[in-house]
Parts: sequence; structure tokens; C-alpha cells
Amino acid sequence: MADVTTTMQRPSPAHASGPKPRRAFSRRNIMIYSILFVLAVYYLLPFYVMLMTSLKGLTEIRTGNIFAPPVEITFEPWAKAWSTVCTGLNCDGLSRGFWNSVKITVPSVFFSITVASVNGYALSMWRFKGANVFFTILIIGAFIPYQVMIYPIVVLLREMGLYGNLGGLVLVHTIFGMPILTLLFRNYFSSVPEELFKAARVDGARFWTIYFKIMLPMALPIFVVAVILQTTAIWNDFLFGVIYTRPENYPMTVQLNNIVNSVTGVKEYNVNMAATLLSGVVPLTIYFLSGKLFVRGIAAGAVKG
Amino acid sequence: MQPSVSIQNLKLDFGSVSVLRDLNLDIGQGEFLVLLGSSGCGKSTLLNCIAGLLEPTEGAIHINGQNVTWAEPSDRGIGMVFQSYALYPQMTVEGNLTFGLKNAKMPKEEIKRRVARAAEVLQIEPLLKRKPAALSGGQRQRVAIGRALVRDVDVFLFDEPLSNLDAKLRADLRVEIKRLHQRLRNTMIYVTHDQVEAMTLADRIAIMKGGVVMQLDAPGVIYNKPANKYVADFIGSPSMNFFATTLDSTREPKVRIAGKDVYLTGYEFTRPGISGDVWFGIRPEHIVTGELADMAPAQFEVAAELAEPMGAETLIWSTLDGAPLRFRVDGQMTVSPGDMIRIGFDPARASIFDTVEELRI
Ligand SMILES: Nc1ncnc2c1ncn2[C@@H]1O[C@H](COP(=O)(O)OP(=O)(O)O)[C@@H](O)[C@H]1O
Ligand SMILES: [Mg+2]
Repeated sequence: MADVTTTMQRPSPAHASGPKPRRAFSRRNIMIYSILFVLAVYYLLPFYVMLMTSLKGLTEIRTGNIFAPPVEITFEPWAKAWSTVCTGLNCDGLSRGFWNSVKITVPSVFFSITVASVNGYALSMWRFKGANVFFTILIIGAFIPYQVMIYPIVVLLREMGLYGNLGGLVLVHTIFGMPILTLLFRNYFSSVPEELFKAARVDGARFWTIYFKIMLPMALPIFVVAVILQTTAIWNDFLFGVIYTRPENYPMTVQLNNIVNSVTGVKEYNVNMAATLLSGVVPLTIYFLSGKLFVRGIAAGAVKG
Repeated sequence: MQPSVSIQNLKLDFGSVSVLRDLNLDIGQGEFLVLLGSSGCGKSTLLNCIAGLLEPTEGAIHINGQNVTWAEPSDRGIGMVFQSYALYPQMTVEGNLTFGLKNAKMPKEEIKRRVARAAEVLQIEPLLKRKPAALSGGQRQRVAIGRALVRDVDVFLFDEPLSNLDAKLRADLRVEIKRLHQRLRNTMIYVTHDQVEAMTLADRIAIMKGGVVMQLDAPGVIYNKPANKYVADFIGSPSMNFFATTLDSTREPKVRIAGKDVYLTGYEFTRPGISGDVWFGIRPEHIVTGELADMAPAQFEVAAELAEPMGAETLIWSTLDGAPLRFRVDGQMTVSPGDMIRIGFDPARASIFDTVEELRI
């Protein structure tokens, strides 16, 4: 910064006019770009190793350097990871886990966001009696460690006849997403001018009309943020998946663990790497597709007071 | 005739904070009432109570003879215009205008007819397909007024509708609102902290302070005969000059200012016969100079301390009897600090208040 201020104080040359010329290779730029480069390498290198390994045969892995690109590209490990590798009892690959994860994630994301957005809207706009107490309880819920609740929830789900079902897991995810998502939506709706809400009431709109016609269309950025947060969190969840479902309903993460940590037979590094990359495809895709929207949503009030 | 809006013993508390206290107000059919007061005095709160957006702690509100104290805002026959315009950002102007009508399940042709009329009255026809983001401040406020207009209500509520506009637009829209009132003849309740808006628009002004109506009168009465010192000080810019003095009503009523007896010939007493400590107030614009001063019943010689030229006139700051004195002189006159100026005024135009309750004498 020091050199910036000194250049600003220097008087302009007599012919100066128009935009100030900038040097592409100033000391500051070189510093910034080298740090960014180092960080990028740090995060990309493991990814590179995984990708390369997953495309090699087992013999090549054993003899070659882990950084070397494959001499002979093979997609066999990917195919095996997807459809034939044994995960515990079943030998139909990760595909089963993938579809389980889809069946868990889609309804969980949908229900948690639907309920949380209505919660946030009601809490910030309608200020019903006891709204603050309700909100406080909800937020305290976010601070109770998961571990404490694991067993009671097992009992609860068993009593409701949902234990081991996908439905039970969806319910657990929906509930655990509630505090943070409600907070997210409440803060967003609090930033909506109160007069807008009043105008809608004078115009004869009631609770749901205001929600669907006024608030929902305004809240798209925050919905994107919520979808991303929830999708990645639920897709990556391991703990709840392994506890609250039976093996045939295991999500992809649990299956991945069973593949990678299996102690029988030879370690098939290429299959493990392919399986790992496959499990990461969904969150990665979401980030790539919605990165810009995500940042915009965050900036639009997700993290504001 | 029954009042258009009648507010009886209205009281509103936010927790332990009392914002409106036992407020009574009757607003006539077709009347333009302005609620005027400094920021935080409860004007918006009162308006929100009338609109049904806030629930009063006690008291009742009647609109056109109907008790609407517990009615929904949309069932009260009111339309409201907000300071921030409060247009629905994702709807077009047309969508904004029709939202309330659609909620009321009005037939399509009727909606069309009303939108066309409102658009014609407010001259916003070319804007109907635009989103609020593509409108200027003045256009937005016009649409907001249109939203109240299409609902064909009896009572219009305005909450500082011009405060977000620049000075020129504010003056233009002010005239437009006045014109609208003359054309529609609806009851209008208009909240503002701007006394120029209040004086120009109102049939009657209610001056509020701390949740209480200090005076409810026609603008002329408020200006010429303020009921108490607060109102006298609040209305008028620059504000009234006050002198602490004693009123002697034993014979011909008189006060003493700067060692001189000033006889209150022609002053219309509200409470005649009182003597004692008083505030004697005279408006800067009622102080004259030059030849006019020589003819005035009360005359003084003061030293100019500061001159503020404003074009048409110059505001002079000075001191009289130990109290600051402001008055106006012609803008063509050059006044330097230290110049002695001869001033005069007619005590009949003054306002006198007691020092205890500060009510008009
Ligand atoms: N929701 C609220 N909770 C607590 N106090 C409030 C609330 N709304 C307004 N007040 C208080 O009530 C008083 C009057 O507010 P308001 O009617 O908005 O004043 P104004 O005359 O400027 O429109 C203010 O002192 C304000 O702090
Ligand atoms: Mg206000």
C-alpha cells in the first residue's frame, strides 16, 4: 500500500489526461498473484493426484510415480466404482449409494428450506406473541452438540416407526437444518423494508399471499444460498446416514467409506480414487454452476446482522 | 354530519413506552388533515393505528360511522402512501396498481377501468409496463398514490410521502396532491414534519408532541394564534422571538421590554386580566424596519450581529433585552455587523404565554 499512496501524492505530469496508466507487473500484483498461485496449487494438487491415479491400472500405480500422468488411460476403475465394487454386503457399486443420496438430499433440502423460509418470514414480519421465545429456542438448538441427540433420536424414530427408513433420515436432516436456515431467512426478510409488508396488508394480502407474491420473488438469492448450503451439507453427511439408515439405504458417503476402508483383498487405489471423485461430483457441480449466485446471495444479506 | 374518521381515547404503548396517550381526533368528510410534529412524536404510529397496521392498547377508531378498531387494514376503506414508496419491486407498475384489486377478487373489466382512470389522473400511462426500479423517485411516488387511488377508498393516508424527494420535485408533487384532493374530495390524513407542506396543504393541522395533540386548528390560526409556546416555537421559520418579561394587567395591559413599557393595544386576550411572569413572543416577519418602524407602536434600537442574505430578504441576528432577536430586512439593504437598526412591531400581532404551563394568555 505504501507505494500506492506515494504515487497518489506525486503531481501529475503536465500532459496527463484520461485514465491513469497502470503497470501490469507492479510489485503488488506479483505478490498477490504468486500467493494465489501457491494456494491454487496447494488445493489442486491432491485433486490432480486423485484424477491421475483413478485413470491408471493397478500395476502402473504400484510401479510409477504418483504425480506422473497415466501412460495407458483406463476408465475401468470408474466403471467398477460405479457399478460392481463391493460395499459391505452388496456388490453393485456406488450407484446404489448415489441414488440413495439423491433420495435423501432432494426431499431434505426441499422440506428444510420450505419450512425454514416460512419460519423466517413469520418471525421477521408478523412478530406474533412469543416470537422471540420461539426464535431463541430455535437458535439454542443450533448450539447443542449433535452427539447428545443421537440416541434420543434413535428412540424417537423407532417409536414413530421411521428408524432405518429414508423417511426417518429426511426428517432428521430437515430438523437439524432448521436453526441455521431459519436464522438465514429471518435475517434476509428483516432487511426487507417494513413498509412493503404494510403496503401489502393495506392491499388486502394475507399471510400466504404476502409470502408467495411479495416475499418469495424477492428472496431468490437467499434461496440459492440455502439450497447450496443444504445440498452440500446433506450430501456430505456421514454420521446421520450411518446411524439412522439400514445398509441397503446407506447414502453415498457411507458406501464410499465401506469401499475405501474395506480390509479384504488388495487395496485398489484407482477404484478408491474414482469412487471418491464420484461422491464429490454433486457438490462440485453445484458450486461451479451457482458460485456467482452464491456470492450474490451472501452479499444480499445472508450474513448481515 | 358524521365525521369521516373519529378517534376516541386512543392509547398505544410499546411495552413500557407510551407513544400515544388518550388521543381524541375527529376528521370531517373531505377534510385534509395534516399531522405535524418533530420526528418521533408518534405521527406514524397514529397513522398506522388508523390504517390497522398497529393495534391500539386502548380506545376505538371509527371510519364513516363504522367501528373499525379490530378490522383488517384492507377492510377499512383506506389507502396508504408511504415515505419509501413501498412498491413491490418484482411487479410492473400495472402489477402494483392491480395487486390490491386482485386480492379483492374484482372483475377484470372493473380492474382495467380503474387502472386506466388512475393512470390518467396521475399521468403514469407510459409507465404501466415498467418495473419500479426503472422509475424516478417522483414517478415512484405517483405510482404509490395510484395504488391508493385504484382502490377507490374514502380515506387516504400519507406518511411523509415527499420526504425522500429533492426540493423541486417535492414542491411539484405537493401541488399535485393538493390538486388531487380538490378533484377527488376524499378525506386525507397527511403526516409530515415539514411545516411548509403542512401550511400549504392542510384544511386543519394537528400539531403533535410526545403522543399528544398540542393544537388542532386551521393553518392561519396555528400561525397567528398558537395555543402554547411549543406550537409558537415550532411553526414559522426562523422561529418566533421570545422575551421573558412581566405582564401587568392592573390597568391598560402592558409588558416591559428593554426598560420600555409596551402597551398591548389590540391584543386579543384568550385569558384577560392575568398579571405575572410571561413569555412575550413576536415573529421575525412581524418586525419592521425603516419608515414602517417609525410608525409602529413599539420601537427599539438594536445592533446587528450577523446578516444572512437569502436573496429576496436578509435575516438579521441581534439581541434585545438579553434575548436573541431575529428579523428580516429587504434583500437590497446592506447590513454590516455593528450597524444600529431601528425596529418596530405591533404588539397586537404578538403571542403571550404564561411561564408555568406555557399556554396562550
Ligand atoms: N415497534 C416499536 N417498538 C418500540 N417503540 C417504537 C416502535 N415504533 C415506534 N416506536 C417509538 O414510538 C415513537 C413514535 O414513533 P413514530 O410514530 O414512528 O414517530 P414519527 O412521528 O417520527 O412518525 C418513537 O419514539 C419511536 O421510538
Ligand atoms: Mg414517521
